[in-house]
Amino acid sequence: MTLGEGAQLVTFAVLSLMAIGFALGVVWAPNIVYSGFLLGGVFLSMAGLYLLLNADFVAAAQVLIYVGAVNVLILFAIMLVNRRYNFAPLKLGWLRNGVTAVVCLGLFALLATMAFDTPWELQPIQPLSSVLVMGGHFFSDYLLPFELASVLLLMALIGAIVLARREFVTPQAGERDLSLLERPRPQIESSSEAEAELVSTR
Amino acid sequence: MLQLQFFLLVAAVLFCIGIYGLIVSRNAIRVLMSIELMLNAVNLNFIAFSNFLDSGMIRGQVFSVFVITVAAAEAAVGLAIVLGIYRNRATIDMESFNLLKW
Repeated sequence: MTLGEGAQLVTFAVLSLMAIGFALGVVWAPNIVYSGFLLGGVFLSMAGLYLLLNADFVAAAQVLIYVGAVNVLILFAIMLVNRRYNFAPLKLGWLRNGVTAVVCLGLFALLATMAFDTPWELQPIQPLSSVLVMGGHFFSDYLLPFELASVLLLMALIGAIVLARREFVTPQAGERDLSLLERPRPQIESSSEAEAELVSTR
Repeated sequence: MLQLQFFLLVAAVLFCIGIYGLIVSRNAIRVLMSIELMLNAVNLNFIAFSNFLDSGMIRGQVFSVFVITVAAAEAAVGLAIVLGIYRNRATIDMESFNLLKW
């Protein structure tokens, strides 16, 4: 084993341990704000793994889009709905968690045996500039999905604005109500007692 | 030496953690984060395959860019839906999101 391969192996071990630990933190962190920041850690360590796989453009896109846009969007959403919730315990909630854990462990065992039993047709890794090759793909044989992706982004932009928009009403003349500028909309009947209490105390 | 199986194993672990969080979480935003974890695991699979099996024409990296695009659109629309439900319901508990149940 040369020095370069050893360094690659150590880097891979550190990055994968970081990714898995942060992902467990995303699911299990008691505070949702911690989950949001740990998700950024997962994205950064995944970008490092992409660099180990010679995917420099995708690693840069991962940092820009996921850490710069998606994670910030999630943190803003957490701030907009941030309140301490005490979720009412479910009937048979422990059963659901246990069954889910068993199913996930079974799925992991299946995937692991698949990864180690399949005879992969490995090819020697060719050194090439990934940006040049990907640009060629985007403007020749993947041109239609590329344009469709732009249309999809436009649809998501307009849809998110329409869904998240507040409908403002103009206050009447002489009325000084600074608290509520939003058109009051009827509260849909909540299902449990705790939620009804939560709505009434808002 | 780095093997293809190592990356597939890490991606499988991340995907299973994502599924577990998707089903177990009560907070709607944490559910969206779990979906992002699963999409990242899929991206890692794509890029590992494109490096080890398709190194000449890196089509897996092209697909992972498309997956990143769709994931960004999904996050924006999903968080907008969560905000809309939060305004109507004043909660983000997944167990009380039964607006479409009849």
